[in-house]
Amino acid sequence: MGGFPILSVLIFFPIVAGLGITLFNRSKESVIKGAALVISLLNFIFSLHMLKHFDKTTSTMQFVERRFWIPTLDINYFVGIDGISILMIMLSTLITILCILVSWYAIHDKIKEFYVGLLLVEGAMIGVFCSLDLFLFYIFWEAMLIPMFLLIGVWGGANRRYATIKFFLYTLVGSVLMLVGIIVLYELTGTFDLIKLMSLNLPYKLQLFLFWAFFAAFAVKVPMFPVHTWLPDAHTEAPTAGSVILAAILIKMGAYGFLRFSLPLCPQAAISMTPIMLVLSVIAIIYGGLICLIQTDIKRLIAYSSVSHMGFVTLGIFALNTQGVEGGLLQMINHGIITGALFLCIGIIYERTHTRQIKDYGGLARFTPVYAGLFLVFTFAAIGLPGTNGFVGEFLVILGGFKANRPAGIMAATGIIIGAAYMLWLYLKVFFATPNEALAVHKDLSKRELAVLLPLLFLVFYVGLYPNSLLSYMHQSVSDLLMRVNMNEEAQAMSIVHQFYSIF
Amino acid sequence: MSRDLYILIPLLPLLSFVVTLILGKRYFKRHAHLIPIIAVLSSWVLSIMALSNVVSGNIFNEDIYTWITSGSFSVTVGFLVDQLTAVMLIVVTTVSLLVHIYSIGYMHGEGGYSRFFAYLSLFTFSMLMLVMANNFMQLYFGWEAVGLCSYLLIGFWYEKQSAADAGKKAFVVNRFGDFGFGLGVIMIFLYLGSLHYDVVFSNIAALQGHTVHILGHNVDLITLIALLLFCGAVGKSAQIPLHVWLPDAMEGPTPVSALIHAATMVTAGVFMVARTHDIFNLSHTAMNVVAITGGVTAIFAATIALVQNDIKRVVAYSTVSQLGYMFMACGVGAYAAGIFHLYTHAFFKALLFLCAGSVMHAMQGELDMQKMGGLKKYMPITYWTMLIASLSISGIPGLAGFFSKDEILWKAFSAGTYTGKFVWLLGTIAALLTAFYSFRLIFVTFHGTFRGTEDQKHHLHESPSTMTIPLLLLCVGAVASGWVGIPSILGGHEGFAHFMSPVIAQVEGAEEGHQVEMSVMALSIIIGLVGICIAYIMYMKKKELPDKLSAMFPNVYRILFNKYYVDEFYDLVIVRPVKAIARGFINEFTDRGIIEGIVNGIPAMINDISSRLSRIQSGILTHYSMILALGLVVIAVIVLIK
Repeated sequence: MGGFPILSVLIFFPIVAGLGITLFNRSKESVIKGAALVISLLNFIFSLHMLKHFDKTTSTMQFVERRFWIPTLDINYFVGIDGISILMIMLSTLITILCILVSWYAIHDKIKEFYVGLLLVEGAMIGVFCSLDLFLFYIFWEAMLIPMFLLIGVWGGANRRYATIKFFLYTLVGSVLMLVGIIVLYELTGTFDLIKLMSLNLPYKLQLFLFWAFFAAFAVKVPMFPVHTWLPDAHTEAPTAGSVILAAILIKMGAYGFLRFSLPLCPQAAISMTPIMLVLSVIAIIYGGLICLIQTDIKRLIAYSSVSHMGFVTLGIFALNTQGVEGGLLQMINHGIITGALFLCIGIIYERTHTRQIKDYGGLARFTPVYAGLFLVFTFAAIGLPGTNGFVGEFLVILGGFKANRPAGIMAATGIIIGAAYMLWLYLKVFFATPNEALAVHKDLSKRELAVLLPLLFLVFYVGLYPNSLLSYMHQSVSDLLMRVNMNEEAQAMSIVHQFYSIF
Repeated sequence: MSRDLYILIPLLPLLSFVVTLILGKRYFKRHAHLIPIIAVLSSWVLSIMALSNVVSGNIFNEDIYTWITSGSFSVTVGFLVDQLTAVMLIVVTTVSLLVHIYSIGYMHGEGGYSRFFAYLSLFTFSMLMLVMANNFMQLYFGWEAVGLCSYLLIGFWYEKQSAADAGKKAFVVNRFGDFGFGLGVIMIFLYLGSLHYDVVFSNIAALQGHTVHILGHNVDLITLIALLLFCGAVGKSAQIPLHVWLPDAMEGPTPVSALIHAATMVTAGVFMVARTHDIFNLSHTAMNVVAITGGVTAIFAATIALVQNDIKRVVAYSTVSQLGYMFMACGVGAYAAGIFHLYTHAFFKALLFLCAGSVMHAMQGELDMQKMGGLKKYMPITYWTMLIASLSISGIPGLAGFFSKDEILWKAFSAGTYTGKFVWLLGTIAALLTAFYSFRLIFVTFHGTFRGTEDQKHHLHESPSTMTIPLLLLCVGAVASGWVGIPSILGGHEGFAHFMSPVIAQVEGAEEGHQVEMSVMALSIIIGLVGICIAYIMYMKKKELPDKLSAMFPNVYRILFNKYYVDEFYDLVIVRPVKAIARGFINEFTDRGIIEGIVNGIPAMINDISSRLSRIQSGILTHYSMILALGLVVIAVIVLIK
């Protein structure tokens, strides 16, 4: 690879090229769409190139670039990736293409701004996953909010204003607390450099403070219970592409933050807070699942199911063992694929019917069999049927959770029953039972829509049958991370875990 | 036989599924059955080759590829073909093949013809993966995959609300069992470090004496693992308390009921218990639970079958009951007897279902026995084959069901435990009931006078040969499949048990004399005949008796007719409370109330406070000067106090 700055290309190519689109005449809609599609495709190809040259055998940061930015404050443009971030970048580049494709006819006004916004989001997302400098990380973290805010606020549904403001305030409050943490850390250590900070053994009290400061930002993003209520509103009101990016990438940033910052910087604090994190995760799994049972809006149901699925992710992460963390990471990717696909599916049918109410559907399988078949596959992937990707992640997380804390593992496993109940209920209401004749006019999937869903269909089975293709990227980085976390304080962790056991 | 040929056994149906699903509707149309039948026929041939390989002593056990690796956790996809698997391969591919052929006639003209055959292929693949697995993870894969096929096929006529509901119910109820099963698999890995059968079964004995602490109790580890695995079996094989899905599953097309919900998938639980008998054998508690669950289910389901009028439901409850027998056998350590019954049952029960399907075909979908009668002369092949199947299930000597059922009852009786004697008693009573309801069905459906509509009568006909040929072939199985296991007391060689012995060594029970064995056998024969006689008297001779009886015991009748109200009970204690909690406590109170209250409350409060504070800025000078003076006083007081 030499010194080729592939990460900078991945971050700034969509941003710069996206801004270039603004130069086009707004009346040339197909040119604008085509340009956006080409840009996202090119970026995906770049990311494939990165994947090809990635070295799975090491846990050190790769493709590192470090440039002075504000030397007086020791702020650097410092990026690099490892086995934890690389798959998230791949997912981001792939999902962006699909988002552009699915919006082709769904977005009618301000087309130029929409696609520019999507490309800006892509750049910022990748920036978040690459940053190794806390200041830079914060910039990307916040920068991503602005286009996202606009995507929901401008192209969203009827109640978009409320949803946007809620989303913005929620995440802003969290981010500001994280900013305080970053500043305090800088005041005490004089650096924003993550690698340098990781080598310092921060005092326990500082770790505890930092853990909670970061937690505020990450928990909102994940979203963890009880700070999840922005998600159903934002997901429901966002345009399809917005929902997909929210579900597939944006909420993964919280979980990624735990892995990239909270655990390595505050290992002792993380260990001592594990019980709380496990409890919150288990609540999210069950609570998020149960609440799905009574939803009347398809999108809202899938949104709440995200709360449940992300509970599995955080459970895995805070199980703090190999299966848990790898399962959690895999589940991040899987949820991106599955829920991304489900939101794409909903967007595709919404474009035809203009309703998201479950009661307006029924018997759709007769009119759109191909669509029904694909939706069925994604439904069963969400339920975690073996052979699909959802199973592997969920199983590893439950295994890891069970290993770390038996009651947590058992309670998380009830999620598989609830998950089956609400997803099959939804499927029944929409696709089975007496057909609603008003739906008969709707055509089955077009070639473009098939092109959007087929890559995800492929991934569902590819990851489900050959998960080692993804897990192999994680092994080194995860074992390195866990070694760092579990190094010192095993004794202390044990005592707390034991206290936790005594509750049950 | 080379490795590749073993792989082809499940692979061919999988390929057939993919091809038929994608191309079937557009290109094959009415010939969509061709590829699936060729695939399952090839699998059948390969299965026979595998069996002959096993007979000559070659056990195949090889990993194909590594499925999941994470830290110390590693599972593979691999195949084990030993005596147990070989028997299952024969059962699965034979019944599947016959059901495929039968479906050509039965499903003729259906809109989803190609979809139906694609699903059948997918099922065959899944079931073969299940029985050929050499580790728990792949077993789980097959386990869930057959559940998916069951869901798809029960809900095949998805536009029918009851069919769609039944499919969902089957899957969700099974998930309750799988919840336990999955935890059992996880515990096996955590304590033994592997999920390979080889490793697990050879190391499980080392866990004896280990206990785990649950909810303040110390529980024997092996018992816990065995019971968790058994949870899965209870779900899949429709035992109490998770039996509720199977009768509803009759919403699916009848060939599906025969293949999935009688002969193969529902026996997966029995297969799994037999496969993991090394674990169950180490726990008396678990064994007793298995035996008693089986025994109670056998009699429980049989009592319900006594009064049902839906021809398929009678057979469905009969299946639940017969599965109970198989667990009874496993629970007393007679795994080979359980598998023997699984194997004979596959033939006579599939036959019963396909005959029922043939009747429905003639009756234009009618299911109510009360509207049939006298069909004997219109459809002789269906009548005679169903009669033989009923004789077989009733335990008439010489037929398949006799040998396997007798084997179970004898093993239970001679196990030398109270549990054994208890389940023997349950099984014997259930045998009486079985004979009764089976012949009630025969008499009401085929004898007497026709009670349906004129239109139906006009259309009565024997089914086409694609349907009757499978009936005749299965009938051969229902008669002869038991001959491989004739007990030594009748001059046989107990060939089946000997064949299985390398996998499943018999647990030796107390020695009982030949005379006792003869008496037990005689009793079960007599009981079967008595059951048939009672049915004959009630439904052929004194036809007013049934009504009199139900009038005499109205409550008993109502409870049985309503299946002990189990569905209603679950609705009351699980479905409704969960929905109420989800709606009331979680959604309204917590989510909308507390959390959203705070989230929306804080901005509202800030808004409120600032609007109040803004009133201080009144612009009136006297107000300002008064506040100024008040402030001065306050400051002065503070200063003075200090």
